[in-house]
Amino acid sequence: MSHGNMNLTLKVWKQKNKDAKGALETYQVKGISPDMSFLEMFDVLNEQLITEGKDPIAFDHDCREGICGMCSMFINGRPHGPVKGVTTCQLHMRSFKDGDTIVVEPWRSTAFPIVKDLAVDRSAFDRVIAAGGFVSVNTGNAKDANNILINKDDADDAFNAAACIGCGACVATCKNGSAMLFVSAKVSQLALLPQGQIEKEARVLSMVGQMDDEGFGACSVTGACEIECPKGISLENIARMNREFLGANIKSKH
Amino acid sequence: MSKENFLQSSLGRKLVMGITGLFLITFLIVHVGCNACIFANDGGVLFNQVADFMAHNFFIRVMEVVLFAGIFTHMIQALLLTLKNQKARPVKYAVTNGAANSKWYSRSMGVLGSLLLMFFVIHWAHFWVPTKVAVFTGQPENTFEHMKEIFSKEYVVTIYLLGIISLCYHLLHGFPSAFQTVGLNNKKYTPLLKKTGAIFSITVCLLFAAMPITVYLGIIK
Repeated sequence: MSHGNMNLTLKVWKQKNKDAKGALETYQVKGISPDMSFLEMFDVLNEQLITEGKDPIAFDHDCREGICGMCSMFINGRPHGPVKGVTTCQLHMRSFKDGDTIVVEPWRSTAFPIVKDLAVDRSAFDRVIAAGGFVSVNTGNAKDANNILINKDDADDAFNAAACIGCGACVATCKNGSAMLFVSAKVSQLALLPQGQIEKEARVLSMVGQMDDEGFGACSVTGACEIECPKGISLENIARMNREFLGANIKSKH
Repeated sequence: MSKENFLQSSLGRKLVMGITGLFLITFLIVHVGCNACIFANDGGVLFNQVADFMAHNFFIRVMEVVLFAGIFTHMIQALLLTLKNQKARPVKYAVTNGAANSKWYSRSMGVLGSLLLMFFVIHWAHFWVPTKVAVFTGQPENTFEHMKEIFSKEYVVTIYLLGIISLCYHLLHGFPSAFQTVGLNNKKYTPLLKKTGAIFSITVCLLFAAMPITVYLGIIK
């Protein structure tokens, strides 16, 4: 890794575990290349901390190519930092200036308890999916392309909703800690396609119920989630979920 | 199947907010329309006729009850949702940059709504209470002269203008958001809806603001 010339001050949230009281700690990093990703800059910092015999900073990461949704830093007041349409792993240090002070915090939500430092437990999302984000029947192997006819607009909308990687940036940035963008994307990707139609009412009732049980907030339509979503998931999905939810309640026999 | 009660779910509560909000918006159209009769500048003849009709018509009386129920429901749901939302993030961020992704007034609906409620209490004391007293005691009520007297004081005009500014920002976010909440959002008509919302909010509030100003300045006699 080539050495660069950026020197930065980092204020990073340190917290021992879920119940401990955390605080921002200040670190200095030197010789950062502008071509490094934000996570690589953290790797440099952690190596430095380990060499000094200090506790490295815990943070989530996996694929480092913007598709797994694991990286989750709240950087200078925005999830995944200042660049639109990227995850933290795709954020490069050239988006910052030499001498900058950068504040890094974990996602803050009742439903996402802190595991350690910047790593949070996002299994609340898994429980929302488990509540109804699936199709119960085996739909078999991939069909011939035009075997089941699907309207192009619906196919596009379903695909765009399915682009959600479940990173939780929507929850992190929402002033209400609402998971509406995530849940609505997961409701939409199935409700728009023929295979998802049969269970669509039970699905939306169950997933919204789980979302509320997990302690996520409600939507104020500020639109922050849509702007901060690394995959550009649209607020149209939330409107669709609202329609589905109202319709399902009207039709519900239970 | 969810065991959650529809009206207790976050989506159900938001739907109630949206529907009551839209109802209150339709009320504003009636309110601003009736009040705009002062601009006839006929010494309050037309305005007093409308005020008299509004004070005695049976349908309007029923709608008045519905209106207060609407305001009350909107407030209670807002309070319950705010409490739920605050519980969703007990530890606040040290740094947030809301301006990067949303409008300040979309994040301040609770504050704007609270300011509006304070303004409404003053407004009701100024107009609604004296009108009710006049109806129940059978006294003749000259609402136009009463209004001129109230709007003759600078501090009252200032309070009204601040109340109207709060209303304007509350509407700028509330109008398009109500449609989103009831499930209407579509690439084709949402941009038009947002423009209509902005024009509606600004027009209604400019008309309301013109009332205390023109009366205070003596343009409306």
